[in-house]
Amino acid sequence: MYVTLSPVKRKIVEEVILWILILSSTIAILTTVGIVLSLLFETLRFFDSVPIGDFLFGLEWSPQIAIRADQIGSSGAFGAVPLLAGTLLISAIAMIVAAPLGLMAAIYLAEYASRNVRNFIKPVLEILAGIPTVVYGFFAALVIGPMLRNGGAELGVQISSESALAAGVAMGIMIIPLVSSLSDDVIRAVPQSLRDGSLGLGSTRSETVRKVVLAAALPGIVGAMLLAMSRAIGETMIVVMAAGLSANLTADPLQAVTTVTVQIVTLLTGDQEFDSPKTLAAFALGLMLFVVTLILNVIALRVVKTYREKYD
Amino acid sequence: MTDRQSLNIEQKVLQKRHRAERRFRLYGVTAITLALAMLASIFVSLVVTGHSAFRQAEIELLITFDADVIYADGGRTEQALYGADYQKLARMALRKLFPDVSKRADKKRLNKLLSPGAGFVLRDLVLNDPGLVGQSRRLSLPVSDNVDLYVKGQIDTTLPEGQRQLNDRQIGWIDSLVSKDLIKLRFNTRFFTNGDSREPEMAGIMGAVKGTFYTLMVCFLLAFPVGVLSSIYLEEFAPRNRLTDFIEININNLAAVPSIVFGLLGLAVFLNFMGLPRSAPLVGGMVLALMTLPTIIIAARSALKSVPPSIAQAALGLGATRMQAVFHHVLPLAMPGIMTGAIIGLAQALGESAPLLMIGMVAFVVDIPGSVVDPATTLPVQIFIWADSPERAFLAKTAAGILVLLAFLIVMNLSAVILRKKFERRW
Repeated sequence: MYVTLSPVKRKIVEEVILWILILSSTIAILTTVGIVLSLLFETLRFFDSVPIGDFLFGLEWSPQIAIRADQIGSSGAFGAVPLLAGTLLISAIAMIVAAPLGLMAAIYLAEYASRNVRNFIKPVLEILAGIPTVVYGFFAALVIGPMLRNGGAELGVQISSESALAAGVAMGIMIIPLVSSLSDDVIRAVPQSLRDGSLGLGSTRSETVRKVVLAAALPGIVGAMLLAMSRAIGETMIVVMAAGLSANLTADPLQAVTTVTVQIVTLLTGDQEFDSPKTLAAFALGLMLFVVTLILNVIALRVVKTYREKYD
Repeated sequence: MTDRQSLNIEQKVLQKRHRAERRFRLYGVTAITLALAMLASIFVSLVVTGHSAFRQAEIELLITFDADVIYADGGRTEQALYGADYQKLARMALRKLFPDVSKRADKKRLNKLLSPGAGFVLRDLVLNDPGLVGQSRRLSLPVSDNVDLYVKGQIDTTLPEGQRQLNDRQIGWIDSLVSKDLIKLRFNTRFFTNGDSREPEMAGIMGAVKGTFYTLMVCFLLAFPVGVLSSIYLEEFAPRNRLTDFIEININNLAAVPSIVFGLLGLAVFLNFMGLPRSAPLVGGMVLALMTLPTIIIAARSALKSVPPSIAQAALGLGATRMQAVFHHVLPLAMPGIMTGAIIGLAQALGESAPLLMIGMVAFVVDIPGSVVDPATTLPVQIFIWADSPERAFLAKTAAGILVLLAFLIVMNLSAVILRKKFERRW
């Protein structure tokens, strides 16, 4: 099946193939460029009609554009602060669920569990990461939301069925495996000699873990948490299905809040003209999301990388 | 302080430290148990909610394909055959079972027991075999979603009549039909063969499954070759310089970009700039291809890296060019690893829905798509649409759809694991 070519022709063919290879590897860059340019372009058009200050610092979000000019509230309000607050609230709840569970699971698996237990538990935990997010959204709306509402009613607390808590808990479950597998990696990268030294001086295992291993692995764990946070901020389906639509500026986890991703979906899934400020606002939100997650990712990847190099 | 006292204190401190040790261990076990319990509760709640959708109540009726009803307008044309009132045939057959129902309102209620889709079932039968006209057949037809829920025991009959979907007479009719064995629960084939529908009893996943298939096919055809070629370049040919470093950082970051941002890219570039059709698997596949590209590149690079350099060196030593050594020797050995990565990437793409919402794949599509440019939806998006529907019967459908989606995911991941086990080589 191999074709024999004269050396001259072969050189030409190989040159062509090399260029195909180079071209393929630029597609990753082109994607990034495409994302940045398309978001930036539409966002700039958005800022033609809505001042950038109103968008970044406005406290009110109600993007309904009136059909007639004389309708009340025809201008629409595009203040992104309530959306950011909602996103942060839900992500924070998710981290409160996922960080301790994921970290303790990782510590147990790395430091205590026998090889067999580890080989069994680890892939089972990974299943949580493989479940599509739409399933978590359904689970949040079907099980977690009603459970919280009924539990709240028993205690005499009014909990909205689309509370930030329900969405946050579902999201927390989703990122447990992310936290645990990343932390597991960094904990196992801590050299055995550090553990041996601590145990040799008479510390118990938990003291070794807490005061030596975790201290040494701290930068890596921080990196893992940042990556998990960025994942939570960008998560869409869970919040679309389980969180609310109305933009409340509140820190109360029992109320319904909305997020950046929910608003992007709501603004763009209806049938409307593409050039209205409403649809362009979605791109401005998308750019904000992209920049925030990019910053978190870059920091996290750099922290993890320098940490790895320290012990390599 | 005497020696004994200090010994005592030391012992106490030691006991305290050991207690802390046990507590710490317990935290770990608790964390793992909790995570596993959550996983279990997800699966249990899905099975509990979804299992009933795999069975569907059907009513057995003696349908007379009355030519006078079918050709009510007079003309015996293909057109008339297509547009005839087949629902009426089903209604007539049902009314024959209850001859004593005479009041208009009661007749209406009786008709409500039938699914609005029953007529379509009859139409498809007649269109398939026009010879049926004038004959009688015993047929199983779908009942309405509320009857189905009642037969499955999911309607609370203790509620006052006004708050129920079915009134007492209707329940009496259903009970008598059930006792005559005319309404029965059967395996719900329609769920697997139909497209989406507004009627829960007629809605199926076939349209979504086909849409998913086309979308993933486009995704694979684009992402796999590009991913493999670019990983070959980066791993085997690229000089270490600023540009390749930049590409590498880029790929790592792309893997962590929120999926919805890829949807925005697709909307702005593929739909608005390039003018490709909305809601089409082609665009969905292109967007998902960009998303899975980093996964495939990262997996393919580590597969290429794991092939020992001695293989390439031997080829080079025998006079092969660098290109020949890579394509004839290194790449085939790395292929199982690359395929494993590709399957895992596709499994991720299979579960993805957020970017597809952006490019209009969330539309209500009844027809089963026949090509990559037909309007379509995918399985996760179908689940999302059903989860949003107000009819109660869609709840079970949603969970059942999820079970099917999870089954697909399990098959894909298992095949990746098997592939890895089978071809894994330790050098």
